[in-house]
Amino acid sequence: MAELNTDAGAAGHGKKGKLRAKKQSTRVDMTPMVDLAFLLLTFFVLTSTFSKPKTMEITFPVPPKDPKQNTTLVNGYTFILTAENRVFWYEGEFKEVPKNGKPATSLSEIKFGEDLNKFLLDKNDLVIKTIKDLKKKKINKQIDDTTYKNLAVDAKARKEAPFFVVKADDKAVYRNLIDLIDEFNICNIGKYAVTDITMGELNLLKQTIK
Amino acid sequence: MPKVKMPRSSPSLDMTPMVDLAFLLVTFFILTASFRNPEPVQVLTPSSTSSKLMPENSVLITISNDGKVYFNVTGYEVRKNVLIRMAKKYKFEFSESEIDEFGKMSSIGVTMQNLAKYINTEPGMREKFPSSGIPYDSLNNQLKDWIQYGWIEGATKYKELKETADAAGKQLSVEPLRFAIKADGNANYIVVKEVIKTFTDLKIYRFNLLTNFEKGPEE
Repeated sequence: MAELNTDAGAAGHGKKGKLRAKKQSTRVDMTPMVDLAFLLLTFFVLTSTFSKPKTMEITFPVPPKDPKQNTTLVNGYTFILTAENRVFWYEGEFKEVPKNGKPATSLSEIKFGEDLNKFLLDKNDLVIKTIKDLKKKKINKQIDDTTYKNLAVDAKARKEAPFFVVKADDKAVYRNLIDLIDEFNICNIGKYAVTDITMGELNLLKQTIK
Repeated sequence: MPKVKMPRSSPSLDMTPMVDLAFLLVTFFILTASFRNPEPVQVLTPSSTSSKLMPENSVLITISNDGKVYFNVTGYEVRKNVLIRMAKKYKFEFSESEIDEFGKMSSIGVTMQNLAKYINTEPGMREKFPSSGIPYDSLNNQLKDWIQYGWIEGATKYKELKETADAAGKQLSVEPLRFAIKADGNANYIVVKEVIKTFTDLKIYRFNLLTNFEKGPEE
């Protein structure tokens, strides 16, 4: 604060002709500075975003060079997403009519959440067991982290592991796709693909929903 | 009876440690904060257990819940060059200042025909601009061109940076360009499918789907 110093003592010294520097307090009032600092602090706290969005990496299948070429789905399951968060699945290849003594494909419904989780864990039993073993080995320090990761990837991609195909009709919502893929990741499923739905499947889906 | 003397202490405190602390925190927040450009739409991404971070350099396609598609690419220089290429292809003229302004913007969701108008709208008013989304149907696939040019320019920029880093014998801290899709959880799958098809037509098969983090089950 501005103050006027009218010191009687100073005048007394003046008589002797000695000039002495006035002793002033070196203390500065910090309050405005604190105000400013906290103002800035508040601003930065409120504007900064902490969590960067996370991502899920996904690789889509390269379309075959010859589109007529039929790919067979052995030990595979197809999920079909549709409106109202419903999911249907069938096993193996799609058959419109009974073929080779096997009945035509029919769709079964499954619920998101526990049911789906159980279903996937059950189908992927083999891989999950291997990965559990690997984890135990890692904890016991028999293998190191990189080897564990490599072996886990190998286990997920092994031949006996089931293959999952995800298809969706036009009414499905994007969130369901993410939920399903996320569930795959949770259940250590490494072999899956997102592809287009076929006419036959679409017709069957319509009949099933009716 | 002797008087009880109250110790006289000044009511003013020493503020110095408080200032120290406050400025320390300010410095921390300044250094860690990353400023975002305002996005033209609010998108609620679905949640997943994936904990991978979003790529730093990306061609980002945003899909809003009403099915509109927005395009964005990282980097001021890259964005400017992409616009120059797009202007050439669609035969539009942009002034130097418009190109500069575009370089500083975030996602865009307008057609090439409306782009000049959008750029000249004041930043605060852009949210209210009637964005129609970038057309992506097969007859008028502007999205494909945006992605393609974004890809070319982004890759060129990365190559340049890598070459200069290699020449200086330094490690490159910049990541190569990635492709990311940020879609609203309630967006129709068919829009996402079309966008993915646009990518696969360009022989891009690997994407990052942006999600919110959600804690997975304990193992």
